[in-house]
Amino acid sequence: MKMTGAQALIKALEMEGTEVMFGLPGGCILPAYDPLLDSSIRHILVRHEQGAGHMAEGYAHVTGRPGVAMVTSGPAATNMVTPLCDAYMDSIPMVCITGQVPTSAIGTDAFQECDTVGITRSVTKHNELVMSAQDLPLAIRQAFHIATTGRPGPTLIDIPKDVLQNSMEWHWPTDAEVIDSLPGYRPTMKGHPRMIKEAARLILESERPILYVGGGVLKARAAEALVELAELTNIHVVTTLMARGAFPDSHPLCLGMPGMHGNATAITAMQQSDLLVALGARFDDRITGKVSSFAQQAKIIHVDIDPAEQGKVRRPDVPIVGDCRLVIEEIVKAIRELLATGSTQADTAVWKSRISGWREQFPLSYEPSEPGEALKPQFCLEALRDSAPPDTILVSGVGQHQMWSSQYWRFDKPYTWVNSGGLGTMGFSVPAAIGAKVGRPDATVWAIDGDGCFQMTAQELVTASTERIPVKVAILNNSYLGMVRQWQEMFYEERYSEVYLSPDTPDFVKWAEAMGCVGIRVDSPEEVQPAIDKANSIDDRPVVVDFRVAASEKVFPMVPAGFGNDDLLLPPSQMARKEFLR
Amino acid sequence: MSVTSTTSQPNYHILSVLVQNRSGVLARVAGLFARRGYNIFSLAVAPTEDEALSRITVVVDVESTPLEQIVKQLFKLIEVVKISELDPRRSVERELLLATVRATCDDRGQVVELANIFEGKILAVGVDAITVSLDGHPDKLDDFEELLRGYGIVELQRTGRVALPKLDREARLRAVKGKVV
Repeated sequence: MKMTGAQALIKALEMEGTEVMFGLPGGCILPAYDPLLDSSIRHILVRHEQGAGHMAEGYAHVTGRPGVAMVTSGPAATNMVTPLCDAYMDSIPMVCITGQVPTSAIGTDAFQECDTVGITRSVTKHNELVMSAQDLPLAIRQAFHIATTGRPGPTLIDIPKDVLQNSMEWHWPTDAEVIDSLPGYRPTMKGHPRMIKEAARLILESERPILYVGGGVLKARAAEALVELAELTNIHVVTTLMARGAFPDSHPLCLGMPGMHGNATAITAMQQSDLLVALGARFDDRITGKVSSFAQQAKIIHVDIDPAEQGKVRRPDVPIVGDCRLVIEEIVKAIRELLATGSTQADTAVWKSRISGWREQFPLSYEPSEPGEALKPQFCLEALRDSAPPDTILVSGVGQHQMWSSQYWRFDKPYTWVNSGGLGTMGFSVPAAIGAKVGRPDATVWAIDGDGCFQMTAQELVTASTERIPVKVAILNNSYLGMVRQWQEMFYEERYSEVYLSPDTPDFVKWAEAMGCVGIRVDSPEEVQPAIDKANSIDDRPVVVDFRVAASEKVFPMVPAGFGNDDLLLPPSQMARKEFLR
Repeated sequence: MSVTSTTSQPNYHILSVLVQNRSGVLARVAGLFARRGYNIFSLAVAPTEDEALSRITVVVDVESTPLEQIVKQLFKLIEVVKISELDPRRSVERELLLATVRATCDDRGQVVELANIFEGKILAVGVDAITVSLDGHPDKLDDFEELLRGYGIVELQRTGRVALPKLDREARLRAVKGKVV
């Protein structure tokens, strides 16, 4: 069957199961937008290409399916660099299609030409400039295959305008053709049996074990297997920022988030453990603090599908390369076999009582506001959490509000938490929330944002209004770049440099209304609940709630950058009993 | 005049990287080294007997970064098909050197003699300069270069080394593809 490259592109996207794509047309990608009119694919027209990228990420986060974005050449492609890098850092499956100037114009500095493949090479798992219409179906299949298998990540296909216009003979490559075309790409799925046995043995021998769970568990859809492993061995679990929801916060074995702003128990349990079972986690600097003082007595079992993560930061005693779900299932099986053949698990009672002591002594805490004082952001989050319908998806930007969201929310299901962890992209939440809502229209989606973040990508609420995507945005408005302010207060002797925004400019309520949303402003504690109830009751348009919160509030606990995890700073009310953290 | 030998130094390793012969592959490999802060001593790229594949022979500085991390990151590139670490003691290495040396009629004879001793070739002779070539083990090229320096090197170009495992019984080609080295 003869068709144009553009028709082949759209057909290939359909064949890959694409239901929705996020994008914005322009000169070079124009030919692809014509057959889109006749396609089953829903296209969401964004207001800025960065928004398309983050929407694709949000969609991928909550559905597990690759997010698809399509934009034109030049500035559109460069606007896509941030989302691509974000997806690369957080291993989000995403396929990006960019237009390119015609093949005859490549290299001539033509209008809206840029070296898209060159620019995005280091922020994609793979990218490709397709020079012939005939090659398009295979290129698209490869892009989806690479994005979704192994360690997931973003891929980009750059297509010159004439390649979209040229005629080709349709051919849909078989799985075997795709595999054969990528001789260097064979992700390891199954863990090494000897290593798995060794891991099982170490787990049973350990007196102070911790399951250190990262985002890879979610990518591998291993949440159920993880619960089985934790319950079988009765080992406590910490879930990193990228893994919130991978293990239910309501589970008695869940210790919550470790790391720079983790809770004291999760941080200390890792520090004091004799065995860290790292599952799809990468020993990020925000988790380890100073590496040389991180969990010094712990042996390490490191399960990761990416061999390059093994030994990158901390040398594992038992490296296991493989898919987290398959490996965890095998470890469970190996443990059951050991137990069945007479092995017993070491006594962890002392360890467990130490952990419960820490939990009792060092809960997350903040000072509630006195009457007449400004709202506390944590109070707003608690109210949002307690009023949230079941299965609510929480999306956050980057900064203080992100840490409070992770700390104070209760995540009981996987894929209900969407945030920018690795790259720390301010402005992530509004578009990512829109993408999440598109992927899960049945679920309530709350975006928690800062006033700084919101101003970076708020224009996408126009997209949400016009496309009828009713997300809810809670701005924790402290009129500061809050996290920077916190660092300047604590580490720069309160010398505040370029961190003050303005509480009243812009007027967030008017801005929300101008974008077709409902805008609500909240100044006092008694206004909090009615505002949340109203927001939760609106389901036909986006809602923005401007919570005016205390500017001086800081995120605790905190491990200052460059320090070890033993040097964590507790909330002021708990500092006096820090000695109990041993 | 000192003669240096690098064969026994453990601070470099030779990686023989088999890649799909596609545009942009070299940029990917070079970009990865740059982005991750790895140092390259030399690099040589050429097609292999299979036209779908090219071989990149890269000599890497492993003082700054463990070889294992470099290999694993390289292997994450989709177009990298296979990576072999060649032990310098168990592989044959060759490199080509071209040099134009200042040589008037007084010392032209000495340069020619030097080239002959090293089994190099005289490529061009001018009034006050002479262009020579030498191929061989990089150490031999180092020695030659050092000796030429006394006459005054006008221009010099080396290709970077290429290498294959030795065929003798002790030859060990450690395939490190996707495994912990």
